[in-house]
Amino acid sequence: MNSIRINKKKYTVDVDSEMPLLWFLRDHVGLTGTKYGCGVAQCGACVVHLDGEAVRSCVTKMKRAIGKEVITIEGLSEHGDHPLQLAWKDVDVPQCGYCHAGQIMSAAVLLRERPDPTDQDIDDAMTGNICRCGTYSRIRKAIHHAAELQKQKG
Amino acid sequence: MELYKEKKQLIKLRFTVTLIVIALFLIGIVSAFSDETNYTTHEEIYATVKKDSVKSVNAFKKVYAVLQSPRCMNCHPSGDIPLQGDDNRLHAMFPKRGTDGKGILAMKCTNCHQTENTAGLKTPPGNPEWHLPSATMKMVFQGRSAHELAKQLVDPKQNGNKDLKALIAHADDGLVKWGWNPGEGRTLPPISHAKFKEAWITWLTTGAYAPKQQGLDGSNLKNER
Repeated sequence: MNSIRINKKKYTVDVDSEMPLLWFLRDHVGLTGTKYGCGVAQCGACVVHLDGEAVRSCVTKMKRAIGKEVITIEGLSEHGDHPLQLAWKDVDVPQCGYCHAGQIMSAAVLLRERPDPTDQDIDDAMTGNICRCGTYSRIRKAIHHAAELQKQKG
Repeated sequence: MELYKEKKQLIKLRFTVTLIVIALFLIGIVSAFSDETNYTTHEEIYATVKKDSVKSVNAFKKVYAVLQSPRCMNCHPSGDIPLQGDDNRLHAMFPKRGTDGKGILAMKCTNCHQTENTAGLKTPPGNPEWHLPSATMKMVFQGRSAHELAKQLVDPKQNGNKDLKALIAHADDGLVKWGWNPGEGRTLPPISHAKFKEAWITWLTTGAYAPKQQGLDGSNLKNER
């Protein structure tokens, strides 16, 4: 039987291999933190980590995800205390909040690759995540703040 | 009598020099395409390279039309952002090439592009090898004249060190062939893959001549190899 690891927990996969990963996460595992936005990889609301990469789960089929490691917003940290999550609260980033699971998951890859990102790094990494409330300036501020928190944490 | 002897020696010398020149010419041709014996793996390719500038340039016209089509040019941009659509506009979200041509940070190509085309209109196309040329070997198609592109394609310093055999094989590369299976709503290159391959091989095996460069005054300059 096929299996998948989601947030460090193993799940058996008994669904159609053509099913989008987002459906499996939300409807079969019950992890609803990851949101459905556009359904065609255009907005970034559904970003999760697949073997460490910030994939769009709405177009990623189960056949690609089987046997791999998935991290969702629920599994980014054990107690909701990832530097980005703390920074998001400190800066009070979200307005409606719908896109922010995806924003944070993309930003997490950025911070892993560039622990001290420049504004250009942030633009380059976050350009695929859309926020209809226009919280971009706060997102930028929070990522810089998270970089500081990550440094302090060591 | 002595004059006759000298004349005979001179004729002998001329004959020897002519023979040497012919031999060197033949050696040059053979060594230039010394890998042609391996072409047996490509059944449709005839091993002999027969230089024919007219045939070569005519074949390249077809090749050029394909390479300038959106399905090919969109991933061979002059900048570091891929293009999209039949109007070759910059790719939405402005993803960047990255060193390996596979994107950067949270914007890797395969974060959206799968190993196959995603079903439906305006969805991400896909292929197992989806990427741009690397930053060190950009192989730009956008904005290149037929003359410039022809010369670039056969220059090992600009084509990833591909020799004639590798260039011919590249016509069957999976990502190249994707151009003829681009998914819903995308126009195809102007000729079939079979016709493209035929033109590509003809161009290469007739000397890979570059079409005339247009002069600044619009005049045609000479065909070049």
